[in-house]
Amino acid sequence: MFYLTPRKEISLFFTISIPIISILLTIIFGFFIFSILGYDPGKALYHFFISPLSRLDKIADLFVKACPLLIIGTGLVLCFRANIWNIGAEGQLIMGAVFSGGLALSFSETQSVWLLPAMAIFSFIGGALWALFPALLKIKLRTNEILVTLMLTYVASLFLDWLVRGPWRSPTSFGFPLTKYYPDVALISKIYFPGIGNISQLHWGVFIAILICLLCWFAMEKTVFGFQIKLIGDSPQALRFSGFNESKTTITLFIISGGLAGLAGMIEVSANIGQLQPNISFGYGFTAIIVAFLARLNPAAVIISGLLIALIEVGGDSAQIALAIPKVVTGVFKGILLFFLLAGETLTKYEIGFNYNQKSSLND
Amino acid sequence: MIDALVLTILMTSVPLILAATGELVVERSGVLNLGLEGMMLMGAVSAFALTYVSGSLLVGLLAGVISGCLTAAIFGFFVLGLATNQVATGLALTIFGTGLSGLIGSDFVGKAIEGLPTVFPETLSNMSFIGVFFALDAIAYLSVFIALLVWIFLFKSKYGLVLRACGISHNSAHSLGYKVLTVRWCSILFGGMMAGLGGAYLPLMLTPHWSEGMTSGRGWIALALVVFASWMPSRIIYGAILFGAITIMQLAGQARGWTIPPQFLSSLPYIATIFVLVLISSKGTAKYLAPSDLTRPFISSK
Repeated sequence: MFYLTPRKEISLFFTISIPIISILLTIIFGFFIFSILGYDPGKALYHFFISPLSRLDKIADLFVKACPLLIIGTGLVLCFRANIWNIGAEGQLIMGAVFSGGLALSFSETQSVWLLPAMAIFSFIGGALWALFPALLKIKLRTNEILVTLMLTYVASLFLDWLVRGPWRSPTSFGFPLTKYYPDVALISKIYFPGIGNISQLHWGVFIAILICLLCWFAMEKTVFGFQIKLIGDSPQALRFSGFNESKTTITLFIISGGLAGLAGMIEVSANIGQLQPNISFGYGFTAIIVAFLARLNPAAVIISGLLIALIEVGGDSAQIALAIPKVVTGVFKGILLFFLLAGETLTKYEIGFNYNQKSSLND
Repeated sequence: MIDALVLTILMTSVPLILAATGELVVERSGVLNLGLEGMMLMGAVSAFALTYVSGSLLVGLLAGVISGCLTAAIFGFFVLGLATNQVATGLALTIFGTGLSGLIGSDFVGKAIEGLPTVFPETLSNMSFIGVFFALDAIAYLSVFIALLVWIFLFKSKYGLVLRACGISHNSAHSLGYKVLTVRWCSILFGGMMAGLGGAYLPLMLTPHWSEGMTSGRGWIALALVVFASWMPSRIIYGAILFGAITIMQLAGQARGWTIPPQFLSSLPYIATIFVLVLISSKGTAKYLAPSDLTRPFISSK
């Protein structure tokens, strides 16, 4: 069997190479999975990983798909770094969309340019409130935040379902569970490039998402708050001795990550859908967990990892259309990728040795 | 009507009892496996697929147990072999299991199978009041029996003591010469088998068809149930029945034409889970009863 010995220092080589090796291994695994399922693995992998990069408008779609992942992922990075497990970003996203949607639908006649910023604030509040509840339970009663945030995700999704089928359903939707369309001022416009025009669906939300990642990186690396986050994660005792308030930091992190997830929900609806419907997210809140780990809990690296995961998502769509491969295969890829990343984490922390003589393992 | 209701409640609680009992053993040995939902889905899809193909429920059940066990082995390899973060690995297992089960099951959507037969003859189950307890299938009785066995094993046997010791202090157990990793491997595999069986019960008995993500959060509720039971097997049974009852309220409500929106009733099990977690943690018992080395990886020195 093999055994693990802690490393004295974490090598830079591993830090950089592990995400790359993990992705390569996932692709190799994908090759085998497709072969087993009876698809041409070469073609399948082409549609998954190359086809989404083959044209400028497809690359733009990649950014659009990555947008919510970047915003949520960067918030989760802050949480996970502090050893706080907010797993319910999906629910916080939905509540953000509900709060901002409520505002947009109640001012459906307005022409004011202030509606969009107000919606952004509302969505942040919605997501933050949905995260505040587990945060308070965690610090006051030490209730497990993983289970509470997850359960609240189911509740949020049922709440949205009720709204769009019941009180918020548009009278002109022919019985479909859809709300009225948002007013034009509540929609996020596409980026207009001089000389080129719009590139596919590329919208200003993507720009905001990248900005948020960079801001969070700055907060993490260059501010006292960032230092506190790392301290909670690495050594909560040191944090207490240094006079920082752990509860306060915990609540702030829940509010930030929940609020960002809410904002992602608002941007997703305002930029791509334009009205509320029962399903507004395709598991972005859960996928963002992998994005955070793939970035090795670095907010700036989330930009790259978010795009990579978006590649798998868009690739899944393209493979489904071209080869009729079920979309759920992306979930398999995401799971395997996360496994490899976590195994890589072990390699950075421990040296793996092999002992061939079984008995010696008991003597030391 | 009441009988039918009680019967559905009991049946709804069966997968919860199985999965939660397995997870309880895992957590008692000091490992938190958040991948219950993934293992249950793998169990469910394998059981359905093999029952459909072979026509034999026994083969299907066995397939569910084995695939739950294999899925758990992936988890064991990472958290025990490589000492990865248990929370994140469990999430990975759920994402992986949800995806893979959907992939395997895509050919089986919309197909139907015959469910498990009841154990006792109809004359017994037709009795008033107690008849409903004789109207169940073999797995339902087995689930209670397993919970009982687990209780005896954990608290009345030497090996149970060793297992609990690994969960409370793996270093002490190790210095006494017990193989912590072997104990944890066994618990994780057992947990996987139970989750697989619990998952298999869904398409074989509760709803005789397969649909993607059909566990709809039952794995997570089972995890909460372990906390609710404060790591005691007997409490899992009535905890599960309580959750079964809350889940069934939705159907009962629809049948009686309650004016409460169905979405509100559907969200009750999740709200109840939160409520229960709050209740347990506000009493402060969870802190003391949880195995103290839970989620801490054991690194044996060479």
